[in-house]
Amino acid sequence: MTGGAGGNGESGAGGNGLGWSKSEMMIVASARQLAGGGVCFVGIGLPNIVCNLAKRTVAPQLDLVYESGVFGASPKRLPLSIGDPTLVSGSTAVCSMFELFAFYLQAGLVDVGFLGAAQIDRFGNINTTVIGDYSKPKVRLPGSGGACEIAINAKRVFVIMRQGRRSFVEKLDFRTSPGHSGDPERDRRRGWWGSGPTVVVTDLAEYRFDEATGEMTLARLHPGVSPDEVRENMAWEPKVAADLAETPPPTDEELRLIREELDPQGVRS
Amino acid sequence: MSKVATMKDAVADLVRDGDTVAIEGFTHLICFAAGHEIIRQKKRDLTLCRMTPDVIYDQMIGAGVAKKLVFSWLGNPGVGSLHAIRRRVENADPAPLEIEEYSHFGMVCRYVAGASNLPFFPIRSYYESDIPKVNPRIVPITSPYDGTEVYVVPPLNPDVAIVHAQRADVNGNAQIWGLLGCQKEAAFAAKRVVVVCEEVVDESVVRADPNRTVIPGLIVDAVVEEPFGCHPSYAQGYYDRDNRFYMDWEARSKDPEPLAAWLKEWVFGLESHRDYVEKMGAQHWDSLRPGDAPSGQVNYGEYA
Repeated sequence: MTGGAGGNGESGAGGNGLGWSKSEMMIVASARQLAGGGVCFVGIGLPNIVCNLAKRTVAPQLDLVYESGVFGASPKRLPLSIGDPTLVSGSTAVCSMFELFAFYLQAGLVDVGFLGAAQIDRFGNINTTVIGDYSKPKVRLPGSGGACEIAINAKRVFVIMRQGRRSFVEKLDFRTSPGHSGDPERDRRRGWWGSGPTVVVTDLAEYRFDEATGEMTLARLHPGVSPDEVRENMAWEPKVAADLAETPPPTDEELRLIREELDPQGVRS
Repeated sequence: MSKVATMKDAVADLVRDGDTVAIEGFTHLICFAAGHEIIRQKKRDLTLCRMTPDVIYDQMIGAGVAKKLVFSWLGNPGVGSLHAIRRRVENADPAPLEIEEYSHFGMVCRYVAGASNLPFFPIRSYYESDIPKVNPRIVPITSPYDGTEVYVVPPLNPDVAIVHAQRADVNGNAQIWGLLGCQKEAAFAAKRVVVVCEEVVDESVVRADPNRTVIPGLIVDAVVEEPFGCHPSYAQGYYDRDNRFYMDWEARSKDPEPLAAWLKEWVFGLESHRDYVEKMGAQHWDSLRPGDAPSGQVNYGEYA
């Protein structure tokens, strides 16, 4: 499992007068990133909803890989865990976890890996291990699971998480999974597939990473969100893209799929 | 000779105080019945290994059987935390718990090294992560062939591995379908192996479909037949994961008192897993029964 995106968000679902919740906007914006399909490594929690929404909307050809050892899953219900029996029935292949991590992920067959995070810094480094000191943590988080090797071995990494001053931090308490170093030239020479996250989607906005500096850059604001609200919910002054845009709102069909088919129990909130 | 034993005897004979124990199974086929028997027999000072400690290790560690935990993801999947473990890690309440932490791939490869009699296993992970800083057993080395830097993890050879299978014969030849996790690797790496199964079947059933045999009787010390032995985890094709139980665990383990009350009612208060199954009630088991989705049959061919 790869660390949930939930947990410490200061701004969860809720009425914003727009007809959808912030979580729903975050899920929809994330799913659209998967347009075009490919092989996608699915994490627990929100990424699970995102990938299954993408498969029903922008990427019907998406191959879902679950670290539990399933390739080409076609789940009939939204699995609570990433080891749910519905992932197995009707899938293309089931393999051992060794094969999944070695032959599929490490060998470079995974196009996109989805990660959640408790903390992220401006270069997309991720903490899912502890809040506070490792040897005497204030909060003991789940740890890496597969996140560290996904960050390193997936061709592209998308991060989905709620945004707040406690989660978008100046300095991580622990670096579980590596992102950009701040020197893209050096990052390209590192010799592993992953070169840091390419996209971060939150409940407020969408970020990309500057090609010259490797720094997270505000690219889109979700409808109804102001630049000030974004700034108030992060610990550093963000770079802003010259072509800053607004995220297109969720369609009725996207909302229907989330509410009726994928998450009728409201896991997303 | 038949290796069939009761859970009580298998745990009494093969799990010893101070042992390193791996009850593996990734979401699927987690043998809760064995964990409960270890709690019931008040084993002590165990080093518990699992990729995902799950609710079973929260119960065992909450019951005080362990001094150390080796793992790669610590949580209640899709729900939240394992509070009994967190109390010990965050506040040493009621006692400290030593931890040794890897990533998933690192843990899998520790079993692979252990099962293959290798001194370490190399992987492309941990670069620029803080994990090796807090676990000095994860070490970078340079390939003698092309100079690539990889990290190596040490072998993990548990004293005992306990794995659950859908079916096994009396010699311990065990067949599993659905998620395979790392049970094969953990069993081959272990010094002693307990196979628990939903049903003991005739050897001819195993021989009719040898590709499905994951663990050979060769390495198995005891076979325990324990229907519903994975609950609230699941056995593919036999019963569903009891997600409601996992969700309810959040409140049960949040404080020591409800956890102790649960252990008293569902573990210490019962003689065996048979009692647990009976107490849970037929209606509950009916609610977890899946529909049918049989595999097609293959023809192995007769070559007389």
